[in-house]
Amino acid sequence: MNIDPQNKRREDAPMPVLEAVKALGEGFATTLKHLFRRPITEEYPEEQRPLPARSRGRIVLTRDPDGEERCVACYLCSAVCPVSCISMQSAEREDGKRYARWFRINFSRCIYCGLCEEACPTCAIQLTPQFDHCKRDILDMVYEKEDLLVDHCGKNADYNFYRHAGILTRAHAKGAHPDEEAPVDVRTNLP
Amino acid sequence: MLTWLLGLLILMIKLGVVLGCLLFFAAYLVWIERKLLARLQVRIGPNRAGKFGLLQPIADAIKMLTKEDIVPQAADRMIFLLAPAIVAATALLMFAVVPFGPDIRVAGRPVAMVISDLHVGLLFVFALSSLAVYGVALGGWASNSKYSLLGGIRGAAQMISYELALGLSLVPIVMMSGSFSLVDIVNHQARYPFLLVQPVAFVIFLISAMAESKRIPFDLPEAENELGAGFHTEYSGMRFGMFFIGEYVHMQVLGALVAVFFLGGWRGPWLPPALWLMIKMLAVCLVLIWIRGTLPRLRYDQLMAIGWKVLLPAALINLWITGIVVAI
Repeated sequence: MNIDPQNKRREDAPMPVLEAVKALGEGFATTLKHLFRRPITEEYPEEQRPLPARSRGRIVLTRDPDGEERCVACYLCSAVCPVSCISMQSAEREDGKRYARWFRINFSRCIYCGLCEEACPTCAIQLTPQFDHCKRDILDMVYEKEDLLVDHCGKNADYNFYRHAGILTRAHAKGAHPDEEAPVDVRTNLP
Repeated sequence: MLTWLLGLLILMIKLGVVLGCLLFFAAYLVWIERKLLARLQVRIGPNRAGKFGLLQPIADAIKMLTKEDIVPQAADRMIFLLAPAIVAATALLMFAVVPFGPDIRVAGRPVAMVISDLHVGLLFVFALSSLAVYGVALGGWASNSKYSLLGGIRGAAQMISYELALGLSLVPIVMMSGSFSLVDIVNHQARYPFLLVQPVAFVIFLISAMAESKRIPFDLPEAENELGAGFHTEYSGMRFGMFFIGEYVHMQVLGALVAVFFLGGWRGPWLPPALWLMIKMLAVCLVLIWIRGTLPRLRYDQLMAIGWKVLLPAALINLWITGIVVAI
């Protein structure tokens, strides 16, 4: 027996008739009012709401501003992936730069957590706002490198890993990559 | 012999027209209901099949007809298959006594605009609505599932409970018009509709008829959220659809009966009588949809309490007062 302190009557006791009729009337008036409102439904396939750039949808492999593949096949994304849906095989180019010989993401397992994107040192793997990729056959959800690789820079338009990191390759010495700054000689900082 | 054959022919035509219209409107009532409910909830509603979703009933029918038809292994097959038919048939049969207009003359002979003007029309309606209880109870029982059985009993108890209030609310109408025939009742409303003199009976009839036809907010038999549906849990495909055809036909019957008993039936200025009846029927149906869009489903004890503690005494008091007034 709950007593409503405001009304001083049992909650399950019948309402006074007039009060009940008024409450009913209010309800009916509300729904009737809604009848003359414009529907707020979004008709999805026709009307697509733009999602924020950082939404975590389908994963792509981006290129650097020079049009080269960013991915250096370091396996960090694969290692951090909680559902192990990323796999690859690393290889080395003529000039000593690493790349992925093949790169595979099984989207039927992917949980779009974005950890791979955070782990990637070269900003290669990125999540896009495209959330609606689905296939009739589950095997079609396994994306190969050629399906993943896009020809733009994604979210980091001017980031080039090789310009920031003093990486030794067969083509260039440390700090000798195009526009790269030479590494700091730590000994010059000694007192 | 020739007159008899002609009579049979006219009857067949009337039956065909009425049944065809009923089933067609039942299908489109579903569309109207879905569309209107959507608008009450600031949604768009069905709009994929055809313009404004107008082909939706056809799409629904195709879907239900092509779905797998499951009969539980341990079910009482005969009764299981019969139950949906009972529900649909009793609802359709009620239209046999609903008058669509005054007699018209076709080729010099009078033709009644009613399939059968029974002197006990009102009792016929009650008899059929009592029979509909069998559809629900047997459907639940024949499924051979304890769950459906309980659902069937629950539904039957609800329908029987409200039948009393339903019957008693119409006794004043019978007292005032002095006849059980629906045609006579409409004829008695020539000056004013009974709604003006019997508003209490109107409210009681509307509420208990809603409960009787399992309309929201009294739709406990198919409370799909909290009870996981009742007597038709084991039904699939078109058999399940039959229950709902029955329900939507029942909704039209309800509209027609409200029109006949309280709104003056086919009477109205300018328009043809049958059209007036349809307008009144549709108006009642729209109000029912509005009620569905507004009120939440009742709890089972609330449902029983309203039936036995509110509607039945109210109907009795109304009957008593009408009796005194008529006697004076």
